[in-house]
Amino acid sequence: MQGIRKSFVGVEVLHGVDLDLRTGEVHAIVGENGAGKSTLMKILAGVYSPDEGAIRIEGEEVSFTHPAQAQQVGVGIVYQEFNLLPDRNVAENVFVGREPLKRGLVDRRKMERETAALLEEVGESSFGPRTPVRWLSVAQQQVVEIIKARSLNARILVLDEPTAALAEHEVELLFTLVRRLQELGVGILYISHRLREVFQLSSRITVIKDGGVVKTLDTVDCDQRTLVNLMVGRELDGYFPPRGVAEDLGEVRLAAKGISTSLLRDVSLHVRAGEIVGLAGLQGSGRTELARAVFGADPVDSGTIEVEGKAVRFRTPRQAVRAGLGFITEDRKAEGLALGQSIADNMMLAVRTIIPAHKRRSMPGLMTVKELAEVTELRAQGPDQEVRFLSGGNQQKVVLAKWLETQPRILIFDEPTRGIDVGAKAGIHDLIRKLAKDGVAVLMISSELPELIGMSDRILVMHEGRLAGELPAGASEPEIMELATGSQEVAA
Amino acid sequence: MSTENASPGFGAEAGARGRRFLSSLMSTGTIFVLLLILWVWITILNPTFAEPGPFLAYLKRSAPLVILAAGAYFVLISGNFDLSVGALVTAMVVIAARLIDGDPSNTWPVIVLMLVVGLAVGFVNGFISTILRVPSFITTLGMLLILNGAVFLWSGGSPKGALADNFRAIGRQGIDGIPWINQLPWSVILLVIIGTACVLLMRADFGRQLIATGDNERAARLSGVRVNRVRILAFVLSGASAAVAGILLAGFGGVSAQAGLGMEFDAITACVLGGVVLGGGRGSVVAAMAGALTLEALFTWLNLQGISGALQDTIQGVIIIAAVAFASYRLRGAR
Amino acid sequence: MTVVDPPEQSSGTAAVQGPSRFAAWRVGILASPAAPVYGALIGIFVIAWIVVTIKGGTFLTVPNIVNMLQRSVALGIVSAGQTMVILLGSLDLSVAWLISLASLVTATTMDGQESNVLPAILLVLALGVGFGLVNGLIITKLRVNAFIATLGTALIIQGIIQYQWNGPAGNVPTSFSQDLGYTRFGVIPMSFFLLVAVVVVIFFLLRSTRFGYRIYAVGGSEDVSKLSGLRTHRTIIGAHIVCSLTAVITGIFLAARLKAGTPTVGPDGGYDLESIAAVVLGGTALMGGRGGVVGTVGGVAILAVLDNAFNQLEFNAFLKDVVRGIIIIAAVAVYARRQEKQA
Repeated sequence: MQGIRKSFVGVEVLHGVDLDLRTGEVHAIVGENGAGKSTLMKILAGVYSPDEGAIRIEGEEVSFTHPAQAQQVGVGIVYQEFNLLPDRNVAENVFVGREPLKRGLVDRRKMERETAALLEEVGESSFGPRTPVRWLSVAQQQVVEIIKARSLNARILVLDEPTAALAEHEVELLFTLVRRLQELGVGILYISHRLREVFQLSSRITVIKDGGVVKTLDTVDCDQRTLVNLMVGRELDGYFPPRGVAEDLGEVRLAAKGISTSLLRDVSLHVRAGEIVGLAGLQGSGRTELARAVFGADPVDSGTIEVEGKAVRFRTPRQAVRAGLGFITEDRKAEGLALGQSIADNMMLAVRTIIPAHKRRSMPGLMTVKELAEVTELRAQGPDQEVRFLSGGNQQKVVLAKWLETQPRILIFDEPTRGIDVGAKAGIHDLIRKLAKDGVAVLMISSELPELIGMSDRILVMHEGRLAGELPAGASEPEIMELATGSQEVAA
Repeated sequence: MSTENASPGFGAEAGARGRRFLSSLMSTGTIFVLLLILWVWITILNPTFAEPGPFLAYLKRSAPLVILAAGAYFVLISGNFDLSVGALVTAMVVIAARLIDGDPSNTWPVIVLMLVVGLAVGFVNGFISTILRVPSFITTLGMLLILNGAVFLWSGGSPKGALADNFRAIGRQGIDGIPWINQLPWSVILLVIIGTACVLLMRADFGRQLIATGDNERAARLSGVRVNRVRILAFVLSGASAAVAGILLAGFGGVSAQAGLGMEFDAITACVLGGVVLGGGRGSVVAAMAGALTLEALFTWLNLQGISGALQDTIQGVIIIAAVAFASYRLRGAR
Repeated sequence: MTVVDPPEQSSGTAAVQGPSRFAAWRVGILASPAAPVYGALIGIFVIAWIVVTIKGGTFLTVPNIVNMLQRSVALGIVSAGQTMVILLGSLDLSVAWLISLASLVTATTMDGQESNVLPAILLVLALGVGFGLVNGLIITKLRVNAFIATLGTALIIQGIIQYQWNGPAGNVPTSFSQDLGYTRFGVIPMSFFLLVAVVVVIFFLLRSTRFGYRIYAVGGSEDVSKLSGLRTHRTIIGAHIVCSLTAVITGIFLAARLKAGTPTVGPDGGYDLESIAAVVLGGTALMGGRGGVVGTVGGVAILAVLDNAFNQLEFNAFLKDVVRGIIIIAAVAVYARRQEKQA
């Protein structure tokens, strides 16, 4: 790619980006959200056409006006948001739009056979070509995405934040898969916020900032700190705010006893005021399910939940919100925001549901939209801007502001920094810690172990719907993984 | 996308309100421009249109559809459809004629009954569409069949009875003797009151929750919005608007078994002309009502153009498609 | 490529082959959206049979079955086409007026001359293709919501029809009218084969062609389809062409039945909303991506059985509408419940 320029509605978001990719190379692209990575990738995939510049594949200049053309010359892309059809089965998803034909008709058998072969190639045996995609976990869906790209004989594969939705052990499987594809001569563009992965996988790293290339480096020549500095253009003093001290801890705010649902078995936990309790576990271990059950979003079969010592039973999220809970969900766009509405409307959404307007006028402590924007360090054009135009980090700040306005006493964070760039991440971490200091009880789910270890005062680990154990602050990654994978149980 | 800091964008509150109005006008502006063009054009063809009398007559004629469009707006913005309002309007007219039966003393009790029926039908629509999770398109389609069948079953095929004069007055008369404009029709007064109420409702917590529900149901639910309740309320408002429209239409147009025929589509068309997006979450109630006024102006214009009754439908179809195509073209351009 | 498993084994790993094979079967038949439709159809059929018999009517007799089949044809054909566009996540409200237009064009072009039969049919089919193309282009290129687009085109033909024709017009040659409209083979009327042919073609399109696969894909998610390299516009336009074609075929059939073209035959039959109701009654999701034409046939059959039973019981015509409305809502409520349980 040479001198790629692209502007939207007169705003140039890419100004002359040059990038090259060699056969069988993993080339990592890093940069803050909104730096232009996704736009660049979508140009490569034929979703957008560049205003200027050229793309050459094996010396030949190509131009795409439709994703189909990009596919034909061997560009495969796995997007950050999954792009599968839930009501179709695996084989139908892999071959969507280019089903094999026999005498003019779709050859279903061949399609399933080839899908099975592709699944075997990547060593996936937990599901087959006829499994409906609706039934698959996020990690399994990603495998489908990758074999879909593989089936195109992709010579160039773009992975956009592939690990964002994966738990640690699944990440390892993905890496194995990436290396295998590499051996097959596929050039891979690897976009990630997780610098550790970038170092593990890539041979070269390109840093993009504000729509331009800052630098392309050989991975062996740089370390994490230089990379972070290149990305944000400033020195970050440490990733995490200082941990709380014992004096900050107050009474038990949230206690769950023996919670069982269809996916949870007898889970008990408590969170004190001023405490950040980390909740670790693999994808599907029941972390999100626990949060949803506590918040009244899913039904609880048995067990009790106590808020500030009083037994409660939330049948709807509304009751939880009224009782002083807030829930920052894992999937911002699907569950956190009304994307077509203004920043102001989104920030006010939760408080509107629990305190009527006439009472709000005289309530102390309520912040205006402007104050909320300041507290969360939101970067936006104004309160009337629609949230869909904001970057991931800023959208997350709007979600946070929504809950801050309800003056919550208990906050549940599910993957608070997923898909958020390094700079904004630190801001959100600071905010979470500050909330805890102000006496909020925080339960934080995260798949990113450094974040969990850096932030939590205590770490609970889940495994297959049960609580596998509890670890003190500063526990090590291996300790957590041991509990999360259940390897301790086997040993005992 | 923007890299500016928090403070400038979230500047002085005073300017914000004016700017908000301006920006909302810009985003849904197409309809107001179209409405103005039609008004001017009609005035050129028939200069008396701009005089207070004929213009008020036009508003009076438009009132039922504008009110229906406002009701349909609430349902559409929450992500649902209400196809039953046309049948409900017909039902209202038939009920009024049969129960009043020419006796003025029956008027007010019957009006109350009509409102109750409208609210009840709206509630049933809402209940089935939310709690029982039947797609509203189907629920209200079924309701359309049920209402049509029930009304004719009850009236035996052709409407019976007659309206009382005091009932008719609501749709036909007004406050007389006002200088310059002569008569201020009741329906126009009602229109202004309902219009204002709708705008206030959309600015209030209910409206914000409703539009958020239409935009993203899951996010709204997790933020504590009683999603089912606000959606049912939207249907109830739609039912109530059909009752009011029925009262005005019966007075204005007389009793007929065809009174509300096709009005559900007209109301939805008006909303869409006004920039309301089917599927929910986008559009303003003022623009929806302006859409209804535009539709009525369009009918007036077609009449003035001397286009025969039959071809009016054709022209209407072309213009609706063109207007919506233009609006979606603009929306794309803005992105 | 590595050695490949036979397809039966591919639906699961070797370890869980037994259960997974069972699961695949379940996915195929019991969990298909059409299953409850036929359950309901059998139930309604049996109830109707019992009630009608008790009341002294005749249900399972040749003329009555002929009657039911005959009545299903028009709605069945247009519903099959409607299935295509609904699976796509679109819908077509213009079919009713298009049926009227097709019946008028058929009858006036034939004008009582047998030699005109074939040209008239070809002309009307071309009309269907052209009209579907227009619908599809308005939806895709002008990006007008399908609801509004087809409502608009319905208004357009409505105006043209009312401008051009005041009442029944044209003349369908008796032979053609007899052949298509009234001939029977035993119990089965000729027109029923027309319905079967249309349904089989559409079933085959959906099941075994790329076009059909693409309809499911676009209905599941247009964005995903686009990112997967599908030319979604072509698929949408294609489905609308098929839908309009079924509408004009219905028009030809109705012209044959009535021996003339009638301006109001489409809207009087309520084919626009009824066909949508039949499709949804057949278990196809209104949002698209899930369902099929087999269910639609069941939906049409349910409506036909009900209609017939009401006639036999000498139900008031208006009461029929009421009951039909209730049954449509109730059936879809039951499907919604089922869907929830599966999820």
